[in-house]
Amino acid sequence: MSINWFKYSSPQTFYPLAGKMIPWFAFLATIFAIAGLYISFAVAPTDFQQGEAYRIIFVHVPAAWMSMVIYIAMAGWAALGLALNARLSAMMAQALAPTGAIFTLLALVTGSLWGKPMWGAWWVWDARLTSELILLFLYLGFIALQSSIDDPRRADRAGALLALVGVVNVPIIYFSVKWWNTLHQGSSINMGAAPKMAATMLMGMLLMALAFWMYTVAVALMRVRCIMLERERSSDWVKALSVSTGEKL
Amino acid sequence: MNGVWITVLRRDLLLAFRRRSDVATTLFFFLIVSSLFPLGIGPEPAVLSSIAPGVLWVAALLAGMLSLTRLFATDFADGSLEQMLLAPQPLTLMVTAKVLAHWLVCGLPVVVLAPLIGLQYALQNDALFVLIISLLLGTPALSLIGAIGAALTLGVRGSGLLMALLVLPLYIPVLIFGAGAVAASQHGMSAQAHLSLLAACSLLALVLAPLATAAALRISVE
Repeated sequence: MSINWFKYSSPQTFYPLAGKMIPWFAFLATIFAIAGLYISFAVAPTDFQQGEAYRIIFVHVPAAWMSMVIYIAMAGWAALGLALNARLSAMMAQALAPTGAIFTLLALVTGSLWGKPMWGAWWVWDARLTSELILLFLYLGFIALQSSIDDPRRADRAGALLALVGVVNVPIIYFSVKWWNTLHQGSSINMGAAPKMAATMLMGMLLMALAFWMYTVAVALMRVRCIMLERERSSDWVKALSVSTGEKL
Repeated sequence: MNGVWITVLRRDLLLAFRRRSDVATTLFFFLIVSSLFPLGIGPEPAVLSSIAPGVLWVAALLAGMLSLTRLFATDFADGSLEQMLLAPQPLTLMVTAKVLAHWLVCGLPVVVLAPLIGLQYALQNDALFVLIISLLLGTPALSLIGAIGAALTLGVRGSGLLMALLVLPLYIPVLIFGAGAVAASQHGMSAQAHLSLLAACSLLALVLAPLATAAALRISVE
């Protein structure tokens, strides 16, 4: 039995599949978010050091995880698009970028909201904060480059190359910022030696991470459907779709 | 193989010599930017010498980046870039020659000028020496990484600002190690670790950046 691996690599076949997948991922995201938020706010115990303010980590930590995972996923799709010359991969990379940037921003904002009561400052030039900020710049660069090139083929490939260069640089940037931080700052804040987390707290965080993950898939699929329609607007299948649904595309 | 490298290098240096004002603009930009900081912050020697490593490095970085937008633009406009892409010799080799020419024309003068400005910032002898070494080791990485940005934004509208957005985040490690080396020597520590890392950045960029730049050029010109 041979499997056609490339069956869903064309926009025409992937468009309806994505449409069928979106409700499922959206449903899962909602379930996980409800469970995660319930555990985070109702079940998880109050932290004896940080009080109630610590509960922001249930949003903050998963958002920070997602910001990194999405960048890697984006670079992976971009590499696939460059290597196999597949249109859909490049569209996926383009669809993931805004969600990644939003999660990065969310991680930064929630981090500073948490930092004010804990450290007494909205912003600290901590290694993690700084590298998260630089990650936001990398996302913005990718989005800016793609949106300023009119030819979609060139925009895809230029963006893909930039994402790959970024992925090579991310570890270098992270370590340079970390060493810079240890040189300049005393040990006023020690984030490395966090106390052991209670099991319920970890559970809440994992559920929220799963919710964010599902949300990302659902939103990226929605966005990629829009990109497909926009780019393939003159192709036969989009025209046929527009006739069958009666909507003018 | 060597022939094309020498030819491209000689051609770019000759072109730069014929347009001497372009080189002068880069240098004056470096001078003016680094003279603005004392005017904004105040002439206190202690303050100036403590901000000097960062300010001089940022100024050198911006000067190099602004001049990089021209790296491929003129060749793209007059069609010689297309000939380079069509040539049977490897494009990466020609890219390396072009980047070296850019560094000799825009990077090296900044390195030579930097100690003069360092004196205005009340840097001591050791720190001045480390500043020169760090710029010598680090600015090639800036030119190499910047070339990727220049190739990606070739012929794109608003390419200058876009290039800044793409390239500046990638410059951060070089800035940290470069300014860190000078700061370490100011505090009486050894700058060797920073300088080694800086050299490592440049070597890594020398290996990878020309490949990425050549790929970006093919995407942009296609």
